Amino acid sequence: MDTASILTVAVYLLVLLGLAWPLGIYMAAVLEGRPGFLGRVLGPLERLLYRLCGVDPQQEMDWKSYALAMFLFSMAGFLVLYGLERLQGLLPLNPDGLGAVAPDLAFNTAMSFVTNTNWQAYGGESTLSYLTQMLGLTAHNFVSAATGIGVLAALIRGLTRQETCFLGNFWADLVRSTLYILLPLSIVLALALVWQGVPQTFGGAVKATLGQPVAYEITPSADDLKADLTLKPTPAPIPMVATQQAIARGPVASQEAIKQLGTNGGGFFNANAAHPFENPTPLTNFLELLAILLIPAALCHTFGRMADDARQGWVLLAAMTAIFLAFLSVCLWAEHTGVPQMAALTGGHGAGNMEGKELRFGVTASALWATATTAASNGSVNAMHDSFTPLGGLVPMVLMQLGEVVFGGVGSGLYGMLVFAIIVVFIAGLMVGRTPEYLGKKIEAFETKMCSLVIMVPLFGVLLGTAWAVMTASGKAAIANPGAHGFSEILYAFSSMANNNGSAFAGLNANIPLYNLLGGLVMFTGRFWLAIPVLALAGSLAAKKRVPVGAGTLPTHTPLFCGLVICVVLVVGALTFIPALALGPIVEHLMMLGH
Amino acid sequence: MSGKTLTSLSARQTSRPLFDAEIVKSAALDSFRKLSPRVQVKNPVMFTVYIGSMLTTVLFIQALFLQMSGGRGEAPTGFILAISLWLWFTVLFANFAEAMAEGRGKAQAATLRQARAETPARKLTEARRDAASEMVSSTTLRKGDIVLVVAGEPIPCDGEIIDGVASVDESAITGESAPVIREAGGDRSAVTGGTRVLSDSILIRISADPGETFLDRMISMVEGAKRRKTPNEIALNILLAALTIIFLLVCATLLPFSLFGVDQAGQGTVISVTVLTALFVCLAPTTIGGLLSAIGIAGMDRLIQANVIAMSGRAVEAAGDVDVLLLDKTGTITLGNRQATAFLPAPGVTEAELADAAQLSSLVDETPEGRSIVVLAKEQFGIRQREVAELGATFIPFTAQTRMSGVNLSGGPDGKSILKGAPDSIERLVTEAGGEFPQAVQGFVQDIAAEGGTPLLVAEKSESGARVLGAVWLKDIVKGGIREKFAELRRMGIKTIMVTGDNQLTAAAIAAEAGVDDFLAEAKPEHKLALIRQIQAEGRLVAMTGDGTNDAPALAQADVGVAMNTGTQAAKEAGNMVDLDSSPTKLMEIVSIGKQLLMTRGSLTTFSISNDIAKYFAIVPAAFVGMYPGLSVLNVMGLATPESAILSAVIFNALIIVLLIPLALRGVAYRPAGAARILRDNLIIYGGGGLLVPFVGIKLIDMALVALRLA
Repeated sequence: MDTASILTVAVYLLVLLGLAWPLGIYMAAVLEGRPGFLGRVLGPLERLLYRLCGVDPQQEMDWKSYALAMFLFSMAGFLVLYGLERLQGLLPLNPDGLGAVAPDLAFNTAMSFVTNTNWQAYGGESTLSYLTQMLGLTAHNFVSAATGIGVLAALIRGLTRQETCFLGNFWADLVRSTLYILLPLSIVLALALVWQGVPQTFGGAVKATLGQPVAYEITPSADDLKADLTLKPTPAPIPMVATQQAIARGPVASQEAIKQLGTNGGGFFNANAAHPFENPTPLTNFLELLAILLIPAALCHTFGRMADDARQGWVLLAAMTAIFLAFLSVCLWAEHTGVPQMAALTGGHGAGNMEGKELRFGVTASALWATATTAASNGSVNAMHDSFTPLGGLVPMVLMQLGEVVFGGVGSGLYGMLVFAIIVVFIAGLMVGRTPEYLGKKIEAFETKMCSLVIMVPLFGVLLGTAWAVMTASGKAAIANPGAHGFSEILYAFSSMANNNGSAFAGLNANIPLYNLLGGLVMFTGRFWLAIPVLALAGSLAAKKRVPVGAGTLPTHTPLFCGLVICVVLVVGALTFIPALALGPIVEHLMMLGH
Repeated sequence: MSGKTLTSLSARQTSRPLFDAEIVKSAALDSFRKLSPRVQVKNPVMFTVYIGSMLTTVLFIQALFLQMSGGRGEAPTGFILAISLWLWFTVLFANFAEAMAEGRGKAQAATLRQARAETPARKLTEARRDAASEMVSSTTLRKGDIVLVVAGEPIPCDGEIIDGVASVDESAITGESAPVIREAGGDRSAVTGGTRVLSDSILIRISADPGETFLDRMISMVEGAKRRKTPNEIALNILLAALTIIFLLVCATLLPFSLFGVDQAGQGTVISVTVLTALFVCLAPTTIGGLLSAIGIAGMDRLIQANVIAMSGRAVEAAGDVDVLLLDKTGTITLGNRQATAFLPAPGVTEAELADAAQLSSLVDETPEGRSIVVLAKEQFGIRQREVAELGATFIPFTAQTRMSGVNLSGGPDGKSILKGAPDSIERLVTEAGGEFPQAVQGFVQDIAAEGGTPLLVAEKSESGARVLGAVWLKDIVKGGIREKFAELRRMGIKTIMVTGDNQLTAAAIAAEAGVDDFLAEAKPEHKLALIRQIQAEGRLVAMTGDGTNDAPALAQADVGVAMNTGTQAAKEAGNMVDLDSSPTKLMEIVSIGKQLLMTRGSLTTFSISNDIAKYFAIVPAAFVGMYPGLSVLNVMGLATPESAILSAVIFNALIIVLLIPLALRGVAYRPAGAARILRDNLIIYGGGGLLVPFVGIKLIDMALVALRLA
């Protein structure tokens, strides 16, 4: 790792942490219903929305109503998105004339965007119309992120209020988060991206005539073989000549901005942020990187502010940052060191592992992006993780397997981390000889039960999904690489979906019914089987009295507590995934080293 | 039964070592009895080990048959047998831990049962000594029955003395051999079944039906028969069950992963069910799972050894959470007896006149303060003891409402009476009678109180009016070492509040001398109750001790209410613990025991989970090295063979339960300190230790297996 890498990371973190503080404080004000200046500008719109929907924002909800509103809203969104995909051929804003999306893929995609996962089993430019992209995907990029903020706000209210059953109003949280947080930030970022050359147009793909026709061959695939039995078992390649290239474009900038800010990650193009129209320059790369972690980091301060103790937020942010930095170092080291076999060929003068990376970003920016996008549940890529070294690829995989709590999704990351903090408080609190308390709330049987659920459900999704896939013929057939790396591809896919990340390892042909349906299911459980227990937890905590802090109380704002949170997050992840990782990236790494 | 056969509880406990041969023997037998599925299913973690043991046994039998018919099982037969045996040992060791913890209680219960034995009772038809009587068995007595018990007889059942006074031997329950006085009326009227009247005779109204007596409750608590899981234990069990399910899933999915891996690698063998079971048992939190119930029972047992009977396990846990201790000043913070040290006469009264009047008013006063006045009057002015009857005087007893006592010299010239009492009572008396309360006396009161003393005013009341004669300086003596105790409590985050009937100034001075955090002065029982409610409304937990009937509401309201065994039946029923020693400082010990219980659970959970890291390093390379030889790099302990590695981890996992039994029974070391400090220390010991110990342990066991040529 060179000075330039260290400097890049240092500048990135400084800007990120510097912006997180004011944004966090602002978001706390928004969630408490005091949006300040923007409130004066957008307030009429907010009130109009309430009137149109017949919502009284003052009407507080208990956890069950909150959860019901959240769930029904998401399911309605799912149906609308599914409908859009199936009917897009008949609907406007479809200049390239794309047809209906296959049912299993439409199901997977709809579930993917409703759950803030943005797993993409489809190629954006070749599958979805502009209407589907904008009204379907981009809209969900906003509201799924706002839903996450809402659930988090409810949990924080549960921790800070006492002897009440009310956790706030879901509709008000949804509208305010969208209107005052996500929308303004997205507009600013989208404009910056447009300035840097990201397209924002309703015009269809443009055809460019190639200066020099390109000759190539296509080989009939296995499917073609089945369809046409007259072909010989080993058919001859068919020679082709290309004279024109279709260059896809569309309303990219608007989707790109919220895709990063809302930890969604679903790219407009199949190549995601490695595509020059999504991420053309080093500056856009930096801004997009910043947008990935900005809201999750800032929400820690929002929590500190709403809990009336900034240190509580700092501790969790410090824990997240420390884990992030540790994994980033491994990834940077692995990618800069590269593959020994390659180094031997180049006489050691390699620039690290450049396979699958964009030259305009290089190793450091690619490794930084890979770490940030999987630390947060973003999942957008600017390089192909499948081509990383085994350990470089292990980093994003493990970060997802940790339950997306290291920054994590907008809202969902911090509520996951708070669940870990509660588990830490439970064990550590026992060690100091008291019934454990977090922010003065006693952690008892019900809380332990809900926290256990939140931690268990994604692990189930990853392990059971992977087990199912490796046991079926179609699951195995979708693998691009044999051996341990093939196992890594499947494990990565389910780690990504079950934890609502959406990052793809590439290499795996995920658009088959098995992965679409099973994946849709684990994304569903990974979102709602977490969010609903979290709301139940919030409800139970809100009903409790707040025990005043004393010398006998376990302090939850100290470096020791921060260290404990880090340990528990890592140990739970490690204990669950060491055997699986040993059969995937770890053994790949050992084989690469010649063991 | 005599006091000799009934060795006291406390004497027995202190003399019994942790591993009493008798208890160990019966616990060893019990560990096999507890193999019944009905017992096992109560502990989710150990139940999975139990199933694993059965599964490997079946696999062993299958392998045996296959071997005989020339085939081979899913793993070497001897290996399956070894794993299976050690899994059974794991279950047995956990059973043994629980049986050990229960064994100590059982032995104590047996002693108590002797006291509960059936005895004859003299049942009366009416509540008169001369009423018709019949002899019945003690077991037929019901609530409300009246019995007469005379010297030498055992008291048949719990009850209230309605007539008479007697000395009672309560050693069967308290372990204290000196007899105590029990009498009708007041706070000393409760008697307990199983104790024995030594002198005189008493009429008792029975207050408990058979099976519900204090002794019955004590036996069931000591025995753990009615033991229900406490709230915190339930919460921890949920977490452990969740971990167990996660590890079950991790191991179950390893089978398809391994099938796929072998298919892809084209070499090695698929992981055997035996190895998967071994891996699962090693990963599951069996150490804490196996010791959890033993820790809970041992916590109760430690309390019993401190001579405290808790009415529920919940109360013991609550004791660890207590934020505020309400402590009675007298007996807890100061020595019970305040001493008179000076007479301060009012203007126009000589010191001798005051001393004379003070002595007169204290003649019948048997309180230590009253006696000390008589002693001081004699020392300073040579005033001799007089007989009240000769003076024709009658005693005016102290009541909580008047807060005065004295003598009524009705036989005297003009119906004069001399009263002594708290300054505000005397002031009220004097002003109500139209007299004047002298400024100088007001000064004395403030001076004495400011110095931490208790002013006692002496007044003379006649038909013509009332006047103050002067003040007596009573000095409180703060117990030695109590200040340090309170400092300790403060470090633990526990606030102490002194409760006293003294006035504000006096209370403040003593509070400062003793180092309590706060005080409640001029307290009446209802004030105590109000204070507890107020503290609880702030979200804090309160503990207090009490003995009188008027303490009962406060005892019931407090989160931890410790009733003195010498106290009334009402107090004992209102509290959730009974202190057999009736020691006012026992609260602090109870708090430590409660904290220690939770700390032991937390520390062993941490230990158990951090053990898993080393076990992975032992088992993962061993399980998959055939498939991917490169994984042998992870065998950092250099274990001899894959089989020896897995077996060593399983053996370590079983043995650690046995090795930790003493710790589970005794509890982790407890020092009073702030939470942050305790956490750091316990993390280093049990977290750090838990990480390192298995690396060493597994390596040693592996070496031993190699040396014994078992691997």
